[in-house]
Amino acid sequence: MPEVVTVGAAWAVPAALLLGLVAVVAASADAVMVARRDGVDVRTGAIAPLAETARLLRQPRRVTPAADAPLWRVGRGGLLVAALLMVAVVPWGSWVPADLPVGVVWFNAVDVTVWAFVWLAGWGPNAAFSLVGAYRFLAQALAYELPLMFALTAPALAAGSLRVADVAAAQQGLWFAVWMPVAFAVYCLGVLGFAVWGPLAPPTGGDIAGGVLAEVSGPDRLLLLAGRYALLAAGAVFAVPLFLGGGAGPLLPGWLWVLVKALVLVVALVAVGRRLPALRPDRFLELGWMVLLPAVLLQVLVVALVVVL
Amino acid sequence: MTVLADVVFWVLAVIAVVAGAWVFRFDSMARATYALAVSFVAVGLALLLVDLDYVGMVVVLMMVMEMAVMAVYMIMFMGMNPALMPMSMVHDNRKAVVAAVAGFVLLGGGALLVPWPVRRGVPAPDGTAALGEALMGSKMLVMMAVSPVMVATIVAGIAIAAPRGRYDRLGDDLDRGRADDPQPGGVGR
Amino acid sequence: MTLQALLVVAAALFGVGLYGALSQQVVVMVMMGLELMLNGVVLAAAAMWWFLAPDPTGQVLILVVVAAMTVEMAMGFAVATLLHRSRSADMTDMATDLSR
Repeated sequence: MPEVVTVGAAWAVPAALLLGLVAVVAASADAVMVARRDGVDVRTGAIAPLAETARLLRQPRRVTPAADAPLWRVGRGGLLVAALLMVAVVPWGSWVPADLPVGVVWFNAVDVTVWAFVWLAGWGPNAAFSLVGAYRFLAQALAYELPLMFALTAPALAAGSLRVADVAAAQQGLWFAVWMPVAFAVYCLGVLGFAVWGPLAPPTGGDIAGGVLAEVSGPDRLLLLAGRYALLAAGAVFAVPLFLGGGAGPLLPGWLWVLVKALVLVVALVAVGRRLPALRPDRFLELGWMVLLPAVLLQVLVVALVVVL
Repeated sequence: MTVLADVVFWVLAVIAVVAGAWVFRFDSMARATYALAVSFVAVGLALLLVDLDYVGMVVVLMMVMEMAVMAVYMIMFMGMNPALMPMSMVHDNRKAVVAAVAGFVLLGGGALLVPWPVRRGVPAPDGTAALGEALMGSKMLVMMAVSPVMVATIVAGIAIAAPRGRYDRLGDDLDRGRADDPQPGGVGR
Repeated sequence: MTLQALLVVAAALFGVGLYGALSQQVVVMVMMGLELMLNGVVLAAAAMWWFLAPDPTGQVLILVVVAAMTVEMAMGFAVATLLHRSRSADMTDMATDLSR
């Protein structure tokens, strides 16, 4: 058992700050790419997340008639909470906020709660386009969730443990991302899925007037947008111990390596996500079950054979 | 620690039961469904208190997923919408209450009155690993029985619910090259 | 936290679920009642496991109950879909042919 120190609950705060840093970098990277595409000064792009935050904080809240206020509130706030719960089990080098023996299953359970939160965010305002977006999300969640589950299984299988620190420590020789590329790719697609980002952003698509985001404004919109970037960042942070060797690396301390790897991955996710076309939920459903699921099952079979032999 | 565990358990217990009762009190279909989800999450977290880490997480995972899908069916099939038109959606209310109270008294009384045996054995240090070894070893027959049941469920569910069979899709002689679907799939079959 | 306490809470969940399963008219709501009853069964099984015989058999039993829940849901949704499609029925009282 590799030694990781379970630090006190107060250390959840630095973990949350690091997650926030990754999320802000993701948002900035996205804004910079938009600025470069539009030929605008890149510096305005880099500070765009701050400017947008300031703008949304001053914007009044939109209220819709006969809204289901409590459920709407749960949906809006839930994404950020889910992202924080995900990174609670991630070891930053040698210290970890919560050292669960079943950390990988914990991550999976939390990413399933995103189903509920996005759907509630779309259901709450009692508006047609919001609800269309919510249903779109459930349809594509049904497609990405099972492949994602098996993609999470592969590293745990190779490490022989569901504890995240054990999975990270099992990659001393070779990163799991290198010898299980299918699982890593499917995992990244799953991250884009539960962050409602890139090719899997149709639940918030422009063709349905913003979908889940159609009726939110002001601080509520800020919460939802921040929640999406936080989920993207949490997915990238969790990928580090799972596929990218954890905190192992020369010179720098472990926690800094985790941060660096997570930043590189999140910028890569943003860049690749921007370049891929949107996947229509109805088409993606068949893609998920007919292509991704068999592919990732074969990957798990290969991993199992390697472990046994 | 034990006091803390007690407090956490009773909070979770109250949440589980109250949310469970709200399922049948809410007018809104979404609220009823997610109240049930809350009840399941509370029970799943309570399982963590008795060292059932893996099983507790699986209960949370499965049930949140199921309730997200359940909400869709609730809204699709509740032909009469009690949120739009307040009405009583119950029948035989008195009999149901009597049966429920009787069931609770019987089971709860049994729980309090039965002389329970003392604990036999100690839990394995790593319960999840012990569970995995049991499933792949001495209890393998259980999993081997569950898996065909699951496959049968998938096949039967689709056979019952699918509106169009293969003759609708591929023609009477099954000789149509591309299936005639109202909604084309993603892999171009 | 004692065996009795857990079992009483499980009995309460079972009782509430029983009420729902007996009193509700809509098929999907009946299923929610059944789910709640099984929720109580899961908690009771966990309590028995921890306080009486903490070997893996109890955990296997809980997994079987969870599997039973998924089967119940899948078949329930399929039958509800079929009822709704064939006769626009969503109430249990509309599907009593077999009882006559």
